Amino acid sequence: MTTSAHGRAPVGPAPENWAGPVPDPLTDPARTRRIGEPMPRLEGLAKVTGRIKFAAEHAYPGMLYAALACSTIPKGRITALDVADAERAPGVVLVMTHRNAPRMNPMPGFGSDPKAGGFDTLPVLQDDRVHWNGQPIAVVLAETQEQADHAATLIRVGYAPEPAVTSWEEAVANGTAPTTIYGGPGRRELGDAEAALRAADVSVDEVYRTPYHNHAAIEPHAATVLWDGDELFVHDTTQMVAHSAWSLAKIFGIPEERVHISAPYLGGGFGGKGLWWYQVLAAAASRLAGRPVRIALTRENVFRTVGSRARTEQRVAIGATADGRFEAIIHTGASATSRSADLSEPFILPAQCTYAARTFKLGVEVAYLDMMANTSMRAPGGAVGSFALECAIDELAVKLGMDPIELRLRNEPRQEPIDGRPLSARNLVRAWRAGAERFGWDRRNPTPGAVRDGEWLIGMGCAAATHPYVRSPGAAARITLHRDGRAEVEVAAHDMGMGTATAQTQVIADRLGLEPHQVTFRFGDSRLPGLVMAGGSQQTAAIGAAVAAAHRELLAQLLKLVGDGSPLGGLEPDQVGSLDGGVAALDDPSRHESYADILDRAGRDRLVAEAVAQPPEELTARSMHSFGAMFCEVRVSSVTGEVRVTRFLGSMDCGRIVNPRTAASQFRGGIIMGIGLALTEELVLDDRTGRVVNASLADYHIPVHLDVPEIDLIWTDIPDPHAPMGARGIGEIGITGTGAAIANAVYNATGRRVRDLPITPDKLL
Amino acid sequence: MNPFGYARAADAADAVRLGSAPRAAYLGGGTNLVDLMRRNVVAPATLVDVTGLSSAIEERPDGGLLIGAAARNTAVAEHRAVRARYPLLARAILAGGSAQIRNMATVAGNILQRTRCPYFYDVAGSRCNRRHPGQGCDAIDGHNRDHAILGGSPACVATHPSDMCVALAAADAVVHLRGARGARVLPLTELHRLPGDHPEIETELEAGELITAVELPPLPPGAASGYRKVRDRAGYAFALVSVAAVLRVERGVITAVRLALGGVAPKPWRARTAEQALLGAPADPATFRAAARTELAAAVPLRHNAFKIELAERTVTAVLADLAGEAR
Amino acid sequence: MRVNGAEVEAAVDPRTSLLDLLRETLGLSGTKKGCDQGACGACTVLADGERILSCLALAVQYAGREITTVEGLAGPDGPHPLQRAFIDHDGFQCGYCTPGHLCSAVGMAAEAARGVPSYVTADLTADRVVLDRDEIRERMSGNLCRCGAHNGIVAAIAATYAAGPGERA
Ligand SMILES: Cc1cc2nc3c(=O)[nH]c(=O)nc-3n(C[C@H](O)[C@H](O)[C@H](O)COP(=O)(O)OP(=O)(O)OC[C@H]3O[C@@H](n4cnc5c(N)ncnc54)[C@H](O)[C@@H]3O)c2cc1C
Ligand code: SF4
Ligand code: FES
Ligand code: FES
Repeated sequence: MTTSAHGRAPVGPAPENWAGPVPDPLTDPARTRRIGEPMPRLEGLAKVTGRIKFAAEHAYPGMLYAALACSTIPKGRITALDVADAERAPGVVLVMTHRNAPRMNPMPGFGSDPKAGGFDTLPVLQDDRVHWNGQPIAVVLAETQEQADHAATLIRVGYAPEPAVTSWEEAVANGTAPTTIYGGPGRRELGDAEAALRAADVSVDEVYRTPYHNHAAIEPHAATVLWDGDELFVHDTTQMVAHSAWSLAKIFGIPEERVHISAPYLGGGFGGKGLWWYQVLAAAASRLAGRPVRIALTRENVFRTVGSRARTEQRVAIGATADGRFEAIIHTGASATSRSADLSEPFILPAQCTYAARTFKLGVEVAYLDMMANTSMRAPGGAVGSFALECAIDELAVKLGMDPIELRLRNEPRQEPIDGRPLSARNLVRAWRAGAERFGWDRRNPTPGAVRDGEWLIGMGCAAATHPYVRSPGAAARITLHRDGRAEVEVAAHDMGMGTATAQTQVIADRLGLEPHQVTFRFGDSRLPGLVMAGGSQQTAAIGAAVAAAHRELLAQLLKLVGDGSPLGGLEPDQVGSLDGGVAALDDPSRHESYADILDRAGRDRLVAEAVAQPPEELTARSMHSFGAMFCEVRVSSVTGEVRVTRFLGSMDCGRIVNPRTAASQFRGGIIMGIGLALTEELVLDDRTGRVVNASLADYHIPVHLDVPEIDLIWTDIPDPHAPMGARGIGEIGITGTGAAIANAVYNATGRRVRDLPITPDKLL
Repeated sequence: MNPFGYARAADAADAVRLGSAPRAAYLGGGTNLVDLMRRNVVAPATLVDVTGLSSAIEERPDGGLLIGAAARNTAVAEHRAVRARYPLLARAILAGGSAQIRNMATVAGNILQRTRCPYFYDVAGSRCNRRHPGQGCDAIDGHNRDHAILGGSPACVATHPSDMCVALAAADAVVHLRGARGARVLPLTELHRLPGDHPEIETELEAGELITAVELPPLPPGAASGYRKVRDRAGYAFALVSVAAVLRVERGVITAVRLALGGVAPKPWRARTAEQALLGAPADPATFRAAARTELAAAVPLRHNAFKIELAERTVTAVLADLAGEAR
Repeated sequence: MRVNGAEVEAAVDPRTSLLDLLRETLGLSGTKKGCDQGACGACTVLADGERILSCLALAVQYAGREITTVEGLAGPDGPHPLQRAFIDHDGFQCGYCTPGHLCSAVGMAAEAARGVPSYVTADLTADRVVLDRDEIRERMSGNLCRCGAHNGIVAAIAATYAAGPGERA
């Protein structure tokens, strides 16, 4: 390799095809300076001083406050709607119901179009029908929030209820239906797994259950909306600005360019912050009232009107030879959904990729309830699917009398287990070994209930974590290079706390050969280029690929500007790269000219390069997944059944880590949500009415500080040659495996197998 | 929230006068009342702020304490005499809510906080006899994991959520009241009512009657005391079951005992049946367990909360065993 | 009422919470609303130095009090050491729970300095509180964080107040 005086090599154009043999030059540590640094968050000071403004914190002259009235039956028709008292209440400007709401198109369902962003496809406030218990049926606008809230309680509603399916048991009894996983097959089979299971030397066959979960971002959903003629501006809290803008345009029948969404900061998202009813209702009401509107959902509104992770019931059966080779993996079952969401909880994702087996039978079906549309939540499928699969493996290890790590290592695949795609930088075995050593796994007593400290039983457990590498098509980036050497990079992406802006600033600095302070990364606005959803842990890769594409374009444009007098004269775009604030020849970095000089000489103030990322061919060509080995130690009170997680280690294999500080926080965040999934979280829907029972943060228990141990992390940091920067996703994987690691540790501590989450004290008495 | 008027009481007499207005309610720290008003569960016309009433914690000549109704929960828990002489009370208070809530909450407000039954809170969508007499109870056949196993009725099975009250019940606390007809005292264990046919009547307080103080007699000399709370997460959660106990053991025999349970009944539950079984008996786990059983023999489990019987039995046994270890 | 050292006067609807007064009337949106039910701690502010939940505090009840919000934590020479420590230890992700955590921790340190015990304090009669990890975790459990910044938060608080309760590192 040819390097510059500083010992670094220029960063040439990234590959045209990420599935091909040539990796991103930024996978090479010799070409990077900032990637891998624990840079503190750029917006840190603004956040700790309270200066960041969230969606409900923008005020406009004449702004009205919105409050919702919601249905109290699961299904039926509204037969009477008396809004007179509400309309007369002090400060009230408008009461909007299906009678006076403007006519709107239904929400474009996510996946129905690349830009569709609705998780609920129902028309909003267009008729007298009620589809779930808690559905908004009226919006009140008033001069103050207090007035709006009060008036909303004065609305009187009569219903003609219709029979509704509100219990899981009834929904399952009605028959479950085959479904898809994000448009892909909901069933995967290889060989005759049931026969292989029956013939296996040793087998387990169990049913695991997981309840509804709520994202419970601490910032409740909110929007501040303004119309200017037929232009709609929204301060929103959304993980999908571009999707939301396009979808709102469809709903209101206006051109896409007339909707502008700004969402630079979110107070957490976790999959729950997309396009829901509230933005539509606020925009519709604002239009009717002719004034700006702030809608800030109450916590109860959030629980009742924004979708949650669906309940599941999963069968996992594994058959193995006496020496622990998997003959059959069966992972089937159903998740709850509403007709208007029709979205499965794809719990078979881990079983598709984690282990080799001779036969497979995987399938998700859905059971229909008359409930609020469900949606994706951190590691859809993986979070709850890994719980079932990784507990079953632990159960099998017990039956085989084998160490559960050894059992997993014996079934490490050499290719994608079902379809045979080649693996890309899979280093899970290394993660297991390093993790086991660091955690002190060899000190585990395999006999359940054998380790005790007073009333506390102590156990260790482990599980594999996995999340697919995702990169959706359509991401784009615009690089504006200024004569003074600064660069602005714009992408319609999001930073809801993951550290995207910070990490991308590091990546961009390295790609363009600049210092981070010379880079401005702009995001969170639908007017910016491209289509990037903060979902699937894909932003690092999606933005990385878009910026890489724009960089390729930028190099080409720069070469067009250099004249014969330049040291770069005569070179082709793929012969040059960025280095030290300029462009250098790849094979001779001493042939270098700074961006400033190039622009100066060409008499240009700035240069703009915009491009769409290459289509994600690597997804279909390779088996690309993030992995991890999760280890935990629990203490279980033999008196009360209370469980405390006392130690936790995540040994991660997610490709290259761009920023160890923010990445560690992402992993920890996922793991902590996994502690909630394992021990405390259950959104309860009343069987009789489909109504959320625990619609408050006092009753829906997310982990508190005392539930959270110090979480140790290590990672392989081995670049994936097919991912931009060599980095696969890190945002969601932490929650996968964690539930099973804890449940397995509880088994080791107590000898009790809890197969229905959460593991609350009552289940361990 | 409905519109309401606000008045600040200068002293107890002033409070009682203001509190006699129709639909008036006393306002302590507001941590329960404001929440209930915001969710439209209650809609007082006037709030009489009683945080200006006495918050003094005075030592009594008999070695007991008199705690002003407006004393904040934190102030009680951190008070030297409480920590030294009533560890069960300090610990119970510290087990409740969060530090922020304890900094706001008053002694009287804590005692009179309402149930956390989710159906009680869901004014628009659920039926509740306690909130709307005669409406029916959505909890009895609904999700009732957090509900009562003792003292419930077909009309209501809600639990009283306070931790502090469980300790007060075990400490033989007495509540000082003042109303239009003068002042009186009532043992804490007689302040709250069981629901029976009238869950809407939650206490023995008369309309407009004010709590002015709580009095703690001294604990039996030589007794150990403690509080233990079992919950669904490690902190900031209401009790599934909690136990407050006072125990004195002399030469292996229980010579004084007071026991109260939280999270299991519509009021702080003084376990007198168990106490009778314990007094004079040998201080060993078998006794403790048997006593807990006798108390819980009356338990009536609902669909989701049968576990509380076993949990209460185990927790009582463990707490008494701990105290016996300490007291010896 | 004084807010962050400045006298403020506002005629409010008795229904208005201290939180809404701060956020809507005074434009101090640094204090966050996470639940409006007393269940998350995002709205924590200091009233005469004590941490309270501003969502359950009626503004009228706090007339005459000294309120400190996240906007008022910084001193003349820049951010409060705890604010810096939150940045150094990555004690936040989205930052929505952060103002509440900061105010809560400042109040918590003062409580510890006065010797207020906690549920996990073994010896309730001890004069001094040692702010070890368990004590910090218990005392901060009234502040929820959904992003999972708990480790960084506890580390930042420990780093700031490890020198002793109430003393700044
Ligand atoms: C999220 C959350 C979690 C909680 N967790 C716990 C817990 O784990 N354990 C626990 O014990 N508690 C818990 N609490 C409840 C808390 O302890 C109570 O809200 C608090 O003690 C009430 O005190 P207050 O002064 O704020 O009462 P207020 O809300 O002001 O008043 C409560 C009631 O008392 C009446 N009242 C007040 N003062 C007087 C008086 N002097 N005379 C007559 N009536 C009066 C009021 O009219 C009202 O009906 C929690 C609360 C919340 C919000
Ligand atoms: S248990 Fe009591 S408080 Fe709960 S719904 Fe029934 S009547 Fe109401
Ligand atoms: S907003 Fe006050 S505690 Fe959540
Ligand atoms: S940093 Fe997002 S909730 Fe704590």
